[in-house]
Amino acid sequence: MKKVILTAISVLALSSSFGVSLSHASEEGAYPLPNVDWSFEGPFGTYDKAALQRGLMVYRQVCSSCHAMKRVAYRNLTALGYSEDQVKAIAGEYTIIDGPNDEGEMFERPGRPSDKFKSPFANDAAATSANGGALPPDLSLITKAREGGADYVFGVLIGYASAPPEVTVLDGQYFNKHMTGNVIKMPPPLTAGAVAYEDGMPQTVEQYAKDVSTFLTWAAEPEMEQRKQMGFKVILFLIVFAALMYAVKRKIWAKVH
Amino acid sequence: MSAGPRKPFENKIVEWVDSRLPLFTMLDKEYGVFPTPKNFNYFWNFGAIAMFMLVTMIVSGITLAMHYAANTGIAFDSVERIMRDVNYGWLLRYIHMNGASFFFVAVYIHIFRGMYYGSYKQPRELLWIFGVVIFLLMMATAFMGYVLPWGQMSYWGATVITNFFTAFPLVGESVQTLLIGGFSVDNPTLNRFFALHYLLPFVIVGVVFLHVWALHVTGSNNPSGIEPKTKEDTLPFHPYYTMKDSFGILVFVIIYAIFIFFMPNALGHPDNYIPANPMVTPAHIVPEWYFLPFYAILRAVTIDIGIPFTEVTIITAKLGGVLLMFGSIAVLLVMPWLDSHPVRSARYRPKFKFFLLLFVVIVLVLGKVGGMPADVPLFHITENMIFTTTHVAQIATVYYFAFFLVVLPILSRVEKALPVPASIHESVTNCKSSCEGNA
Amino acid sequence: MSSHDPHSPCCGGGSCASDQENQSHNGHSEPSSCCGESRRDFLFMTAGAMAAVGAGSVVWPFVHQMNPAADTLAMSTTEVDLSSVEVGQSVTVMWRGKPVFIRRRTVKEIQEAADVDVSTLRDKQADADRVKAPEWLIVIGVCTHLGCVPLGQKTGDMRGDYDGWFCPCHGSAYDSSGRIRKGPAPKNLEVPTYSFLSDTLVRIG
Repeated sequence: MKKVILTAISVLALSSSFGVSLSHASEEGAYPLPNVDWSFEGPFGTYDKAALQRGLMVYRQVCSSCHAMKRVAYRNLTALGYSEDQVKAIAGEYTIIDGPNDEGEMFERPGRPSDKFKSPFANDAAATSANGGALPPDLSLITKAREGGADYVFGVLIGYASAPPEVTVLDGQYFNKHMTGNVIKMPPPLTAGAVAYEDGMPQTVEQYAKDVSTFLTWAAEPEMEQRKQMGFKVILFLIVFAALMYAVKRKIWAKVH
Repeated sequence: MSAGPRKPFENKIVEWVDSRLPLFTMLDKEYGVFPTPKNFNYFWNFGAIAMFMLVTMIVSGITLAMHYAANTGIAFDSVERIMRDVNYGWLLRYIHMNGASFFFVAVYIHIFRGMYYGSYKQPRELLWIFGVVIFLLMMATAFMGYVLPWGQMSYWGATVITNFFTAFPLVGESVQTLLIGGFSVDNPTLNRFFALHYLLPFVIVGVVFLHVWALHVTGSNNPSGIEPKTKEDTLPFHPYYTMKDSFGILVFVIIYAIFIFFMPNALGHPDNYIPANPMVTPAHIVPEWYFLPFYAILRAVTIDIGIPFTEVTIITAKLGGVLLMFGSIAVLLVMPWLDSHPVRSARYRPKFKFFLLLFVVIVLVLGKVGGMPADVPLFHITENMIFTTTHVAQIATVYYFAFFLVVLPILSRVEKALPVPASIHESVTNCKSSCEGNA
Repeated sequence: MSSHDPHSPCCGGGSCASDQENQSHNGHSEPSSCCGESRRDFLFMTAGAMAAVGAGSVVWPFVHQMNPAADTLAMSTTEVDLSSVEVGQSVTVMWRGKPVFIRRRTVKEIQEAADVDVSTLRDKQADADRVKAPEWLIVIGVCTHLGCVPLGQKTGDMRGDYDGWFCPCHGSAYDSSGRIRKGPAPKNLEVPTYSFLSDTLVRIG
């Protein structure tokens, strides 16, 4: 048995070293993604509530003019540390189209906590045509839907630069170090001082990008904190149980051979 | 399951049931006192682990089906609703999503164990064939399940896989149209895939029943590959293996839980969190990791096969790839007849062992290149010749088939096995003295 | 049974593991066999207890998933603007997937409801206990017999003998306070929790 395991390990080691050499061949590492030290990283990571609230501010004041977030509801914002009344106030700032009413007409009403985030455009076609033919993606799942997650979102937000000569950038396009293909149609969205923070955090592009990336990670994985907490309990239980079962098995097998 | 002489039970209710339907006698016979070789190593846990995963997948799947909507307009949304709003929905979905991967992990190890210790050999050929059938059904189920979230990878995976069928001449196109119920993968496809994804696991349960039945007719193989001869060679299944299997399952579940709770998306692809869009293909389509070796074999065929020196093509590269891919599984079905060596266990067949482990490495290599884009240049052979991942896949594919079709038949004739112990008991007691010295 | 220990019926016998204890005390198996030793029994019992706890905690998520989800719960209140409802008119609104009857009662209807001798009723409840403002009666429009929706909301509807509602399924008649007066239904029409946010705005739920 030991021998088999040893062979298995060496087989795996062999093939993984081959794998590493292959992946080196395929990597295009001109601009490696920034590696931000996020509060939510690692098995103990949690969301920084202040950063989430600042990120929501950036989203509402900047991103939301083009990007929808239609899988998140206003009621979910209680997870950011807001009270029910604050959430109600935030929802009430939006005008939601509801209906049809008894006369068959659509009507406008103030938003409620149970409403999903209001989308800036009526549909994808409207969003595409208003943005020069490029559909601004819905941001509800963006950190899960991109290789690199929050690092990638942060990278794109701070990745604008003047294009090197070998990259052709057409009219209405921008060079971006971290965007796939290095060309993006979104104009640089963040400028220093554009969003007025109330908690004294620096109002820089980098801070904005960090906060909104945190917020978007929460939007994509609102269950993360509960998941990790439960995970610790489950795994601890399983380890104790497995150890106990090992003892049981040893006891039962003690007389064999 | 016949009404032979029956030992009465003390418990009145048990006895009442058993005298009318000998359920408990059967359970005791098959899972209580069932004589099991006493020299199993931990590789023999993976049958029970696979069974555990099958149950886990069915239970979590049924609960997910209570919330999922199989309609292209709302499928993605319904999955996100499960993730965000349904009580513990995220947990159920991550259990199911990662469960597919861990089911395959267990089954791949189980298959490897069967190959290494010669469990496919006479008289267990039918047992092995049932196993391959389960594997095929699992692949079909997993593929259709992956389509259900209706993300980009779901959609394009379904498109690519159903396009396999167009490779077949004459009937291919109509078969594909029949399968997807339209001219492209769309709502009818999603609906039928959901229906079949719900059905097939229960078919798997049926074949697993046959698999276990066949196992209990021949009895289990064991690491020495020799049949138990006396009572000394065996132990009753309960409590020896029930407890050992429980322990094995728990260890396996710990690793499974680490993925569920701390890296739930590590085995998936980010593109499947983008809703399906028939107008945009993702830059790099890959199947789930457990299909990668077969995907590499599919892509390894890059040339049409025809009559030499003419323009006549007999098998297009596309058809060749599809045939090879199906062949790579079909060849498993005839493995018991390709390897007719009388000794079962690789322990006593060093040459077989070498080629089998090389086979494992090759499958892993196939998996690696299957996950990479085709034709990634690796190094220059000469000025104009570049060695690419496709070449790696081609060489590996050749070995994959050569292992079954060339190596096994030749080894069956020429390999001289090491001395095989006289009994299982002897193999265990001998090992006590000799193996410890090695370790 | 052979004399070889593991094959003795001690642990592999016809019944569950808990029988091991009894059998060993009966001296049924050989002394060197797998049973006995209190430390071992403790071990087995702890393992069994953990298995039970584990199974119990695993079952809960699989059951709880069937309870109303967060979005369903979020929709469990509804606000209704009553300003356009005339005296004598009724409106039906949807709340938690069920119809809610809101009737702006006439003076006659209020009088009728108040004048009934409560002790003669099947489900004894005074009208005052069923309304927050006498003019507005708000009840769930589901017959307490077997769940049909009673008639009486529209002007042409049958309203039964008591100026209220009449259930066409099995002939239950409710009065102008939504109380059961005749027919098989056991209870009065249920009053949902609601509150008036203003004179003309009510929140149900």
